[in-house]
Amino acid sequence: MNVTATLFGQILTFTVLVWFVMRYLWEPIIRMLEDRKKRIADGLAAADRGHHEKELAEKRAKELLQHAKEQAGEIIAQAQRRAAEIVEESKDDARAEGQRLVTAAQAEIEQLLNQAKEQLRHQVGVIALAGAEQILMREVDSNEHNKMLEKLAAQL
Amino acid sequence: MSETTAPATASPVEYIQHHLTNWCIGCDPETQKPDNIIDFSVFFPDVFLVSAAIAGFVMYLAWKVGKNLNADNPGSLQNLLEGVVEFVNQQIKDIFPGSNPVIGPLAITIFVWVFLMNAMDLIPVDLLPWLASLIGEYVFGADPHHVYFKVVPPTNLDTTFALALSVFILIVYYNLKVKGLFGYGKQFLTHPFGIWLAPFNLIMTTIEELSKPVSLGLRLFGNLFAGELIFLLIALLPWWSQWLPGGAWAIFHILVITLQAFIFMLLTIVYLALAHEEHEEH
Repeated sequence: MNVTATLFGQILTFTVLVWFVMRYLWEPIIRMLEDRKKRIADGLAAADRGHHEKELAEKRAKELLQHAKEQAGEIIAQAQRRAAEIVEESKDDARAEGQRLVTAAQAEIEQLLNQAKEQLRHQVGVIALAGAEQILMREVDSNEHNKMLEKLAAQL
Repeated sequence: MSETTAPATASPVEYIQHHLTNWCIGCDPETQKPDNIIDFSVFFPDVFLVSAAIAGFVMYLAWKVGKNLNADNPGSLQNLLEGVVEFVNQQIKDIFPGSNPVIGPLAITIFVWVFLMNAMDLIPVDLLPWLASLIGEYVFGADPHHVYFKVVPPTNLDTTFALALSVFILIVYYNLKVKGLFGYGKQFLTHPFGIWLAPFNLIMTTIEELSKPVSLGLRLFGNLFAGELIFLLIALLPWWSQWLPGGAWAIFHILVITLQAFIFMLLTIVYLALAHEEHEEH
């Protein structure tokens, strides 16, 4: 139970040991632990950020999809409208063309009819003249009776 | 020769006394004790060698782990030391105001070194003294009966007071550094009863300050000395019955040595924290 010079030896050993532990163990480990803590915190923050970004991207994708759907709907509606229009136009065109053809045919018919009438009138006149000739048994002066014949033809 | 090989029970007092005697340079050759209670002409190589060897072991571990730190894939030893460092650091964060670069290494060194020195208690009490007596006999040609080797450094006042005094010096140093000479002096005069009881305060605070290293040193010494003594007493039992009390005491002693190392560390942190705190005005 004595205090001796060993005390100083022990104090010296202790001092050296504290210094050594500080230099080679405590400071490196504390530094490493802090680095690790920071890295973990950074990693978690990055994960959070990534999660947030993913949510944003999902939202944006949804929006884009919605937009695309709307556009597609619009385009389809437009196309349908346009198709209807084209059909209408075609119908109109066809109707007009038909009308035109009918009109042209009618005009031709009219013309042919007139021609035929003209011919008939002429021939009726000739037949009538020939008939009259037969009846009278003499030459009818065609010049004499032309006026009368024309009058007759006009009445037909 | 005959006495060392004789059963311990033949002369229990001598057996115990032999175990409690240090290898001593500068002692009285008859009594193997220093002349005075404080005698700086005496040196105990056994205490110094064992604690220095343990310090060397700690340094080796610290160096080995510290130079190969791997944050991503720590080895088992690094894991262990990381755990100890974090444990000590947590105690400091809980107790210590502000930051101080020395307090952490100081605390962990006390914890680890004291723990390992205490753990020497768990080595069978006769093993190392027996090896020392063999070395003394065959290497140095000494009488084996007069080869003394005390294995557990904290059972020696020098070791515990070396720690306590170092802590005390740091307490005074940080008190002066943080509060200044005037602030520290004022604490002696005004604490704990206010300035009107200054002389009484001076006595009280002086006792309070001095009791810190004394209680630190004596607590560790007392616990380990008593523990060692009980191991010696168990060693006096018949050999076939030693395992039960020996085993039980060793298991309990694991708690004691850890607790003592922890208490020493914690009180060091507390005392240094007090040194860094301004006392409130009374």
